[in-house]
Amino acid sequence: MFQIYCPYCEELREEEEFHPKGQAHIVRPANPEACSDEEWGDYLFFRDNPRGIHHELWVHAVGCRKFFNVTRHTVSYAILETYKIGEQPSVTAEPAVSESTTSTDDVRQGVRA
Amino acid sequence: MSESALSRVNLFDSRADHASVAVESPLAYSWQRSGAPAPSAASRVVLREQTFLGHLILRGGAIVLDEALREVLDIGLPGRPNTLSWDVSGERSIQWLSPDEWLLIVPGGEAFAVERRLRERLADASFAIVDVSGGQTLLTLEGEAVPELLMKSVVYDVDPSHFPVGKGVNTVFAKATVIVRRSGETRWELVVRRSFADYCYRWLLDAGEEYAIGVER
Repeated sequence: MFQIYCPYCEELREEEEFHPKGQAHIVRPANPEACSDEEWGDYLFFRDNPRGIHHELWVHAVGCRKFFNVTRHTVSYAILETYKIGEQPSVTAEPAVSESTTSTDDVRQGVRA
Repeated sequence: MSESALSRVNLFDSRADHASVAVESPLAYSWQRSGAPAPSAASRVVLREQTFLGHLILRGGAIVLDEALREVLDIGLPGRPNTLSWDVSGERSIQWLSPDEWLLIVPGGEAFAVERRLRERLADASFAIVDVSGGQTLLTLEGEAVPELLMKSVVYDVDPSHFPVGKGVNTVFAKATVIVRRSGETRWELVVRRSFADYCYRWLLDAGEEYAIGVER
């Protein structure tokens, strides 16, 4: 039994109703014509793979069918918050009280695999 | 209502009386293939199909749709997520599906007239109305064992204390997708897709066997 809070349905719903859709907050370059190949390639193909806090896009596929954002800890798998599209995360760094099982090395952010 | 706004949509009565093709419910095949156990005194669940109702999907801003719906059908749009409301007669219902999407169910044959009046009332507002009457059907389940039956079938918590009358959710039902609604103390409704109807019906017969499920036709 694993439940996720849908910010649009405003309640906890079963995980089976959701699908993950990858990294959130990826901004499309304003002027694609002016991008270098590297910039465009980064936008299209390259995603962060951090140990620690990660902002992800999820969809409530069987419920309201809305996309929303999830802040998830990739070491503990804990979902720290969910928030609507267009909003900014309130959890961006490691919470003050870290879990005893995760050492500081585990929660470094932005480390590419 | 400007003529241009109406002419942008292809509005036609999908249930015109002169149609030469007989209308069949999504469960027509199931009646033939799986039969329908008659309800008995021991039945703790009774299933009925509400055939040929008009199902309309309304999309758009809550405020304009609410005003139009109050004027046309005298029902207020449910503003809270996962709720539904009925008109005074209880025959027409409107359910919240997502922040900009509602399901309106009206008695059979009314959908075309209602859609037309809503379109005229909404005029140039930003909205969409889709008639999905042919794509889904409404099953009602009545009896004190319905929550038990649903607990075996859906992932959502259907305990009556968590699922008050007037609540409705879109959820997973036995690997298919249905809308579960509670319309009375012992009365529940399932909105089932046409393509899943036979599967869901047979699932209900199987899951309801221990409650001596009966089918009223």
